[in-house]
Amino acid sequence: MLQLENITKRFFAGTVNERTALDGLNLKLGEGDFVTVIGSNGAGKSTLLNVISGRYTPDEGQVTIDGRRVTRQAEHRRASRVGRVFQDPMAGTSPHLTIEENLAIAFGRGQRRGLGLAVTGSKREVFREELKSLELGLENRLQMRVGMLSGGQRQALSLLMATYAKPAILLLDEHTAALDPSRAELITRLTGEQVARHHLTALMVTHNMQQAIELGNRLIMMHEGRIVLDVDEKAKKNTTPEHLLEEFGKIKGATLSDRTLLD
Amino acid sequence: MVIAAELGLIYAILAIGVYLTYRVLDFPDLTVDGSFTTGAALSAVLIVSGTPIWVALIVSIVGGMAAGVVTGLLHVWGNINPLLAGILTQIALYSINLRIMGKANVPLLRQSTLMTPLREAGLLGTWGAVAIFAVVVAIVGAAVYGFLGTGFGVAIRATGDNELMARSQGVNTGVTKVAGLAISNGLVALCGAFMAQYQGYADISMGIGLIVAGLASVIIGQAIFGMTAVWQAVLAAVLGSVIYRAVIQLALNAGLNPNDMKMISAVIVVIALVLPQWSVFKKIRHRRRRVMAAEAV
Repeated sequence: MLQLENITKRFFAGTVNERTALDGLNLKLGEGDFVTVIGSNGAGKSTLLNVISGRYTPDEGQVTIDGRRVTRQAEHRRASRVGRVFQDPMAGTSPHLTIEENLAIAFGRGQRRGLGLAVTGSKREVFREELKSLELGLENRLQMRVGMLSGGQRQALSLLMATYAKPAILLLDEHTAALDPSRAELITRLTGEQVARHHLTALMVTHNMQQAIELGNRLIMMHEGRIVLDVDEKAKKNTTPEHLLEEFGKIKGATLSDRTLLD
Repeated sequence: MVIAAELGLIYAILAIGVYLTYRVLDFPDLTVDGSFTTGAALSAVLIVSGTPIWVALIVSIVGGMAAGVVTGLLHVWGNINPLLAGILTQIALYSINLRIMGKANVPLLRQSTLMTPLREAGLLGTWGAVAIFAVVVAIVGAAVYGFLGTGFGVAIRATGDNELMARSQGVNTGVTKVAGLAISNGLVALCGAFMAQYQGYADISMGIGLIVAGLASVIIGQAIFGMTAVWQAVLAAVLGSVIYRAVIQLALNAGLNPNDMKMISAVIVVIALVLPQWSVFKKIRHRRRRVMAAEAV
């Protein structure tokens, strides 16, 4: 579903500040895989997601999504195949647009945006049904501007907007990190539900060890732009946060993200 | 005051155009000063040469749209800062407008224009003309409102509101920006075409400082009427334009020198931008927002 071959991405190349964010990284995700990603500060986790989504173009290597090479394809062009939820709850929605207009933007992904009405009666029915799955009562507030919603509500909406068009790959970038524990739990549960419902292939960056172990069927650990540990479904069931920490200690000079949560 | 209402309604079309860039796209577009004159110049020259008025209006709109496309491409392709892109197009348009007119001023005095029937019926300078202008502005405003509710219109609004989100949802934000600038400057040029016919001539300097008038209209309208839904924001821009012209009229009546009007326009915009940051007004706004939030729940 997703294949990264030998991806290298450098920032500030040729200056004293040159930094290699991704260093010959290889990763292959099969259909329906749900992979959690942990790693130290500056390990290249966010850069990895940005290379997949098309926000960054890698210096070397190939990105293949759903059998198509998209290495140099612009972000908006591959958007129909890539869904993304950001850490910042404000990032995934448009505050001055209403809930239904935000959904219209998301549901029109991959289609031509013409001069037909963005929100019609029949679409509104679909929106209402979809919003009900969030269990936040948003289905009764279609005409409310998204800027009036709480961070948790906006993140739930972002999740719906990222998953509805059934992307080939769903990217989750520490998307529960900015929320309070109960909201984070809700978003985590909704994420599992949406992924299962649409049979999505997903890549989730998290700094929560417990979450990294509980969610998904595979766990990878990154350090200095490379994957240093790859735990499959079977091994993942038996692993613990302490064990992961221990693994991390084996890597010279590596410290886990200072925001790491053990549980 | 009737004159102020007439002027305010004609310039309201420009204000709607400025609303599209400044508010909707979050792109302060200075092309306006040039594209307004382009619209006036094209329609004046075409009317003098005997072209039907509706053809002249369409050519004016297309000319303004082309100017908007140039600014948009300078920004999107050339990665030029929005303000600078607008200024560059505006300056280039000065030469182009002179080329179109062939001289600095094209009179329309003995030509048949859209204003001729109004003048013959004795409506100009009366509330009758104000009513007719209001209908025209209402049609333009409704068209813009309708457009902003279409799939493409919502994509333009998302581009100005949260560009990264728009792109990650598959919106080609380069296209939406160029299109938004084109439509905005098309409206501005249409306004210039109306204005040339209203005052009976096109002049190379008639667009100078109009971006400030447009911004003043949008900001005043928003400050007084607030802006929540799109139709309210469009209406606020129109009413803001009328209020702005009324204020200018009052200043003139009070004996101020017409040459000082640009200065006064600038001061009005500065006041409208700075006042809302003062604590007294912040409190009022917060209260209004709380009420809205309470109603929404």
